[in-house]
Amino acid sequence: MNDPHLGFIVASYAIGLVVVAGAIAWTVIDHRIQSRALAELEARSGRRRSPR
Amino acid sequence: MGIFSPITALANPARFSAFSARALPWLSGVTALMMALGLYLGLVVAPADYQQGETVRIMFLHVPSAWLGMMGYTVMAAASLGVLIWRHPLADVAAKAAAPLGAAFTFLALATGSLWGKPMWGTYWVWDARLTSFLILFLMYLGLMALRSAIDEPSRAAKACAILTLVGSINIPIIKFSVEWWNTLHQPASVLKMGKPAMDPSILTPLLVNALAFTLLFVTLHLAAMRTELVRRRLRTLRITTASAAPAFAPEPAE
Repeated sequence: MNDPHLGFIVASYAIGLVVVAGAIAWTVIDHRIQSRALAELEARSGRRRSPR
Repeated sequence: MGIFSPITALANPARFSAFSARALPWLSGVTALMMALGLYLGLVVAPADYQQGETVRIMFLHVPSAWLGMMGYTVMAAASLGVLIWRHPLADVAAKAAAPLGAAFTFLALATGSLWGKPMWGTYWVWDARLTSFLILFLMYLGLMALRSAIDEPSRAAKACAILTLVGSINIPIIKFSVEWWNTLHQPASVLKMGKPAMDPSILTPLLVNALAFTLLFVTLHLAAMRTELVRRRLRTLRITTASAAPAFAPEPAE
């Protein structure tokens, strides 16, 4: 590919990668944080583990 | 019983959690395959456009993310009806989980559109009706997230966000028809229009595959975010009940 506008195409896909990877990472990390906090609280309070 | 029975059966938080736990691994796999296929078709197979040249490849990102920015808000508007009319426990969960995802895709559409506009129009931005209404969509997402985080009581936050979401939904048809109602630099609809799409199949096919891949990505992330939101709400309830069940604070004796 030898296009004069290659920089714009690369920048677009780079932003796309950052946004999509960021959305996936945020979803996974947030779930882990909340699940861990719930598990710890349930263990402390002696309640049953809720389904994740 | 009827055609709605499978939907109403799922509309129970416990059943939804069980269903999403089973569906998410499959959905994630299919999404990854479709994303890989979409990238391959868009970057390798699709030819350069006779007018746009290689820059047409930006469209394979821009158009699906723009559709999903609007779809995310439509999901939120439908969920807001569920909050206000049926007071369904999952409706607010769905609305809250869709907001950051919709904002992310709207931002991606704005950024890639701007990067396409510079080489094709000679400018990154114009204040035409399509671009401006789409920027308003992005601001609506940010405003809704800010409003929710500003209200501590979840049921009050749900009602306030549902009302604002429904008021803001007037922007969706404005975005869609802005290119017909006003004289815009942004081109009119070329896929979702009456008659045949104004696009060659060699460009249309990769575009539709990418649109399907992005839609699957949205559905997968939305289901996952809804599961997390259910966990967050259970955690909040448990914290409140644990705190209220704890013995009253006894002050230390004065020395």
